[in-house]
Amino acid sequence: MTQALPQAPHAAAASPEPAMLARIWQLLEQVCDPEIPVISLLELGVVRDVRPSGQGWQVVITPTYSGCPAMSQMADDIVSTLAAAGVVAQVITQLAPAWSTDWISAEGRRKLREYGIAPPGSRPVSSSRTLRFMPPAPAAQDVPCPRCGSSLTQETSHFGSTACKAMYRCLDCREPFDYFKPY
Amino acid sequence: MDTLIDEQTQRGRANMQAPQSYLLHLADNALVLGQRNAQWCGHAPILEEELAQANISLDLIGQARLLYDLVARRAADGSNEDSYAYFRDAPQFRNYTLLELPHRAPLVGYAQGDLDYAITITRNFLYSALMAPLWQQLSQCPDADLAAIAAKSLKEAAYHLRHSRDWLIKLGDGTDFSHGRMQAALEHLWPYTCEFWSQSELEQQASALGVDGQALRENWQALLDEALVQATLQCPPPAQGYISQGKQGVHSEHLGYLLAELQSLARAHPGAQW
Repeated sequence: MTQALPQAPHAAAASPEPAMLARIWQLLEQVCDPEIPVISLLELGVVRDVRPSGQGWQVVITPTYSGCPAMSQMADDIVSTLAAAGVVAQVITQLAPAWSTDWISAEGRRKLREYGIAPPGSRPVSSSRTLRFMPPAPAAQDVPCPRCGSSLTQETSHFGSTACKAMYRCLDCREPFDYFKPY
Repeated sequence: MDTLIDEQTQRGRANMQAPQSYLLHLADNALVLGQRNAQWCGHAPILEEELAQANISLDLIGQARLLYDLVARRAADGSNEDSYAYFRDAPQFRNYTLLELPHRAPLVGYAQGDLDYAITITRNFLYSALMAPLWQQLSQCPDADLAAIAAKSLKEAAYHLRHSRDWLIKLGDGTDFSHGRMQAALEHLWPYTCEFWSQSELEQQASALGVDGQALRENWQALLDEALVQATLQCPPPAQGYISQGKQGVHSEHLGYLLAELQSLARAHPGAQW
């Protein structure tokens, strides 16, 4: 892992097999998001924990969106990648605390940008208080174009090709692009 | 998905379990509206809205799956999420009637064919404006599993609210034609929102989970008032007369057709795996 993910500790210091644990984390670095193949599941922040369980291991992941169809693919990919290395693993889903785009690592954000997807900005204001009025749509300068860097961009659609993206266009270089929505 | 839901992180508060019927009510709402909106797939007025409705359905069906799965695990009777989605009949569904209605007002001359986007947008708005504050309240409830699902669903509902509110304003404050259709859609759907507030066993269950019904209603009304003013739409007067009772299992004729489409494959091949 390139950096520790906030709130997603994998500190299994008491693990009986620290070497094996390190190896599993290393293997997980190779498992990429099925929809955005440049970013690994670790960089995406969906892997919460790896821990020994009975004869094998448990990998704890957290769903991005409730209905994201990529989740079962991710689970399958984790199991098969580890199985190929001789590690028997089971994938466990954990909901709380809910995944947030804040967990995407800096390296993950860089890779998204290079791939042509504008990485998510900071999340909307905390929703701990009563939700009474809708916050205004994020200002255009919040989403710089991943190609030319211009801040003159415009949302063209709230929803994009996957649950996690919206569609934007750049008013300078005229290119359309995907925006990874803050969530 | 071949996974389990893990035990929740310690939340430092007493854990109680929400009644199964309340969880099913929440799940059925999400499933039925998700299925209803998925009808736009291949038929939406513009490509962006095709994506929007499909994505909204995906979120809603995802929420339903999490809730059905929770119910099935607690029932511990060999049932699973599919048992609840595919093998119950209409009277066992506890969704609001509003959510099963077709995408058209009855006998309107201006609705093009069977699908009126004004109905879709208005219904999504009325429902998301209810669910965003409700999920927010439930995210603090003493049932840790439900609170976790609520915290997740809140993010999605808030985004659905933003989408439907934007279109409500765009179409309401648009041309005379679009304004007229939005106002008609609002008036058609309005009486069904009475069901949000009528008292039943479900409201008592929500209250026991710490849901403040009065605050919820005020919150919903405030979200409506703010958006309707901008949309130049008139909030209809309080509805009189029959109050729909879908949440108690008394549904309109439309749910049967919706479920037939949803369930026929699973029932033709029970237990099928692929």
